[in-house]
Amino acid sequence: MSAVLDRPVLAPHQVQAAAGRQDVRPTAKRLGPGRRRRLAWVGPSALLLLWSASSATGLLDPRILSEPWTVVATAGELIADGRLQENLAISAQRAGLGLVSGTLVGAVLALLSGLSRVGEALIDGPVQIKRAIPGLALIPLLILWFGIDETMKVLTITLGVLVPVYLQTHAGLRGIDLRFVELAQTVGLGRAAFVRKVVLPGALPGFFLGLRFAVTGAWVSLVVVEQINATSGIGYMMELARTYGQTNIIVLGLAVYGILGLLSDAIVRFIERKALSWQRTLAG
Amino acid sequence: MAAHPGGLTAPAPAPTAPSAVSVRQLVRSFGTKTVLDGVDLDIGAGEFVALLGPSGCGKSTLLRALAGLDHEVSGSGVVSVPERVSVVFQDSRLLPWDTVLGNVALGLRKPDAGARARRALAEVGLGGREKAWPHQLSGGEQQRVALARSLVREPQLLLADEPFGALDALTRIRMHGLLQDLVAAHRPAVLLVTHDVDEAIALADRIVVLDRGRIAAIRPVPPEIRTSTDTSGHESLRRDLLAALGVGPAHPAEPAAVGH
Repeated sequence: MSAVLDRPVLAPHQVQAAAGRQDVRPTAKRLGPGRRRRLAWVGPSALLLLWSASSATGLLDPRILSEPWTVVATAGELIADGRLQENLAISAQRAGLGLVSGTLVGAVLALLSGLSRVGEALIDGPVQIKRAIPGLALIPLLILWFGIDETMKVLTITLGVLVPVYLQTHAGLRGIDLRFVELAQTVGLGRAAFVRKVVLPGALPGFFLGLRFAVTGAWVSLVVVEQINATSGIGYMMELARTYGQTNIIVLGLAVYGILGLLSDAIVRFIERKALSWQRTLAG
Repeated sequence: MAAHPGGLTAPAPAPTAPSAVSVRQLVRSFGTKTVLDGVDLDIGAGEFVALLGPSGCGKSTLLRALAGLDHEVSGSGVVSVPERVSVVFQDSRLLPWDTVLGNVALGLRKPDAGARARRALAEVGLGGREKAWPHQLSGGEQQRVALARSLVREPQLLLADEPFGALDALTRIRMHGLLQDLVAAHRPAVLLVTHDVDEAIALADRIVVLDRGRIAAIRPVPPEIRTSTDTSGHESLRRDLLAALGVGPAHPAEPAAVGH
């Protein structure tokens, strides 16, 4: 090292390479998060550990929060008599239907609004108004219109899903580089090919971001509609448990919601990684 | 060949081949600023014209007018170009979400789009990289893909807006050779916008100097001085063009009497 430079910008590091060969290299300060690792389970596991420890030491009163093993036992009982599967199936059906219809409507509205000035004038305003109104505030009106059956529940979820999908897809679409539009003109793409080759792939990152918000939103809306007006579903099961003071079933319901949320987010992220493999980002 | 600046300002030699491009009295302005001020230009079929000028002289505006990319710009004049026109931009402008092959085939009609795109990629020396994403290629390779994309549709006119401006000097020399080979094989008329005098001399049949929206000089490039940089003809043409651009060691060139 130079005597003049007492503090080198890049410090050489001595690394022992696998083959035993010398590997001395200067390393710039790393600013990215590093290589991708499968560590998503670490945080939830730590939380579970903390919960178990507090319950085991008596720090946590079972009347406040049931012990993890009680919840597991409750799950076993409810599965044995079929109630858990039954309620889970109906909840998943509601969330799934709402998610699919809301995503479709949101994406189509974003395309119409992003590709034509007329579409934007007609669509963007109403969606922004919908965004300003909390979805749950619409429930009284929806009940008056559609009663308390499945239509109302799926519609509430649809309306909640539609907004983030629309907003993010629209933003992604509007963010497409004008240079690519010029390119499409010079290679003589038609309107349909332009949408297929440039607009849709360009808006896809925004769409997936919206979809991830939407998945979370779908579960939130589901909880609300099931706890207000339902005779089935995980939310109803929890609401019933509240009446009888069964903390273990309430906690089980929460755990199920949590697992469903994590699972669905992981699925969306998996699809996103496959669909956007052309991207080179910090996510890796 | 004339050694004096201003000695080559004869009207553009009448193109022997039928004209590919014809521009008459082209005016383009952005707001109150007139960027092109009555430009006349003809490019013969198969002719290679370099459009030389300092930044802001209007050369890109002229190219965009020929490419039909100036919908929003006000102006007047008559522009006629062939049916098939391709553009190469300074940035390679590859769609990041499409493969190299998909980018080359962009806008091609089926059924043989894939095969044609493959051939074009092989022609620019990138056979085997069809499935790569654009970000996996070097800058020079990306620009080669852009060249393949422009030539795969067999253009009658190739418009190139400083296509090698962002490349390093060595890559640029290689790209010059590649472009010459491709042009020799496909024979499109070419308009190359550049601010590099040596690049213009190395590639063009004719050099048009644009200055503040007007054509300031037109110089044919005799084939014998294009290839050898050490002839006096080469050096005097170079000095002459630099003077027309207002940067030569010689006295500032008179605004050459061209056009009317």
